[in-house]
Amino acid sequence: MRHSIRLLPGIAAVSAISALALSGCSGSGSGGDTGGGTGGGGGDGGGELTPVTLQLQWVAQAQFAGYYAALDQGYYEEEGLDVTIQESGTDTVPIDEIAAGAADYAISWVPKVLGSIEQGTNVTDVAQIFERSATTQISFKDKDITTAADLAGHTVGSWGFGNEWELFAGMQKAGVALGDITLVQQQFDMNAFLAGDIDAAQAMTYNEYAQVLETVNPDTGELYQPEDLNVIDWNEEGTAMLQDAIWADADRLAEEEEYQETTVAFIKASIKGWIFARDNPEEAADIVTAAGSTLGTSHQLWMTNEVNKLIWPSTSGGIGMIDEDAWAQTVEIAKSTENETGATIITDDPPETAYSNEYVEQALAELQEEGEDVIGEDFTPIEVTLNEGGN
Amino acid sequence: MSAAGMVGSRLRRRIGAGARWRQVGLGALGILLLAAMWELYKALGPEGGVVVGGLTVLPRTTDLAMPHVWDVLARLGQPVNSTAGSPPVWQAVLGAAAFSLGVAGVGWLVGVVVGMALALLMQRFRTAESAVLPWIVLSQTVPLIAIAPLVRRWGSQIEIGSFQWEGWMSVAVIASYLAFFPVAIGALRGLGSPDTNHVELFRSYAVGWWVTLWRLRLPASVPYLLPALRLAAANAVVGAVVAEVSIGLRGGIGRMIIEYAQSGSGDPAKTWAPILGAVLLGLAAAGFVALLGLALGRFRRGEVSA
Repeated sequence: MRHSIRLLPGIAAVSAISALALSGCSGSGSGGDTGGGTGGGGGDGGGELTPVTLQLQWVAQAQFAGYYAALDQGYYEEEGLDVTIQESGTDTVPIDEIAAGAADYAISWVPKVLGSIEQGTNVTDVAQIFERSATTQISFKDKDITTAADLAGHTVGSWGFGNEWELFAGMQKAGVALGDITLVQQQFDMNAFLAGDIDAAQAMTYNEYAQVLETVNPDTGELYQPEDLNVIDWNEEGTAMLQDAIWADADRLAEEEEYQETTVAFIKASIKGWIFARDNPEEAADIVTAAGSTLGTSHQLWMTNEVNKLIWPSTSGGIGMIDEDAWAQTVEIAKSTENETGATIITDDPPETAYSNEYVEQALAELQEEGEDVIGEDFTPIEVTLNEGGN
Repeated sequence: MSAAGMVGSRLRRRIGAGARWRQVGLGALGILLLAAMWELYKALGPEGGVVVGGLTVLPRTTDLAMPHVWDVLARLGQPVNSTAGSPPVWQAVLGAAAFSLGVAGVGWLVGVVVGMALALLMQRFRTAESAVLPWIVLSQTVPLIAIAPLVRRWGSQIEIGSFQWEGWMSVAVIASYLAFFPVAIGALRGLGSPDTNHVELFRSYAVGWWVTLWRLRLPASVPYLLPALRLAAANAVVGAVVAEVSIGLRGGIGRMIIEYAQSGSGDPAKTWAPILGAVLLGLAAAGFVALLGLALGRFRRGEVSA
């Protein structure tokens, strides 16, 4: 008897903990956002929205502004789609999510996917959203590194995990062997670069480059300026590889007519979102922030603007069109560039199903019929002033 | 209770309260000391850090690598970013810590239930012990980064009626995966801890297994169980935070750490805020288990480390 009475506080404590634990969770949402809910919906769905899951390759940020804008502006719903945007963690491989049936479409870089395709994952690049590469290698002016050839003898940073290929290809092209540089694993931040541990650091134009420009230069007391930096742009060096593309399940494309239609509708609405981001960069940046990104406000706008530059103006015949030469260059580099272990991304040409312009062409035709500008001939980027810390 | 006994217990209580205040005071002093050491090293340490044979053994002392303690605290009070309606950092961090604590709590509970069940099974059937124990040990050698994407993927395909698997549940499962281990091992040792003469006394009275469990084995297991529960709580917190990073779940401390790390160069004080949150999270989790220990105080004779 005494025994069980004494146990009561223990039970009470346990239930208090569980109540706390559960209440902590009840307020939370899932990893992503669900679009518009029920009702409405024109398109081919006839009132019923088709559920679609999009797997991003990182967390919400303006790199994916077009998709968040399409969701926010109801473009997906107009096409009869109920889109859920799923974010990635550090260990998520977007293409694997398609292969596992956990996502219908995924955003990923082409070289990263080429390796997966060679290992048997059957996916198709159905829209090449980013036409240009955003990867650069930046260094302070006093290091005097302006081309890939100048990297020899320096400490060079890279994030690895498939982000290093353009750098290696550029060095290979310039005749710089991997043994000629000291390769350093780079972190999420630019501290090692700012501290001088890395002479030439990898930087995306839309992210890390801005991180440096958001930092106070201890010598001047002001923020670092673009004039302080040399930038090696892989687009100019001729070793750029295709980056963010929309990938679809190749098996389902071959077998399911409904999935083909959904693919066209999804590309169309996504492109409309990117057009929105081009014409309203401030609003698009705010949409991404409202979707849960905690990036600094000026940093978010900078990213939106830089990403726009990667897309617009389109020289491939419209946003999303896969340029055959650019594809061939990406494949060529993936086949011939060796990393520090002597391995290449792929050893053979990818199958024909690796990319297709069929769906994006349909989407572009429909958009042009609706009077949308899918080329962005007179696109001019805005001027973004970065604040300290990106805030 | 006799008068002397009452005085004695009151005295004990007063001493207990005094000792507790001392503990709290010492804890606070420890934090202050840590902050003081941070500033001292920052002020006196070499700017380039201490490098031995090309290997940095002590960090740089620049504002970039080690912001001032007061800068970090001041940053806590400022808004997250300049968007209108952006909450102050401390509020965002507390919210994220509460979220992670909730997920870790669920993971801890599941881990404790599973761990206890396994321990009971192994205690009851010798065969089960030899069959299951190696697997329990093996389970902990699988790296978290390998199972995290799998758990999320399997979870996302679960849909039973109106029940839908949500991202936080995957994180809770991963947290429980780390939490069940010490409980299973600790409880197994605890359940087997009663002296043979006690067990045989029960048997000679023809007491069944369940009653022996309730009256003898479970009370005897408490000193083994409490340290195991504490370990499980720490594991659940670590598991939850790492799993958040791994699968990219939004809302918790883990996600906040990688998000704020992006402003590590321009706004170094900001990156420390979620780390403080993680510390707070660990303290809260340890506090819960301490509460549990208070409730089970009667059974805590000679605590054994797991």
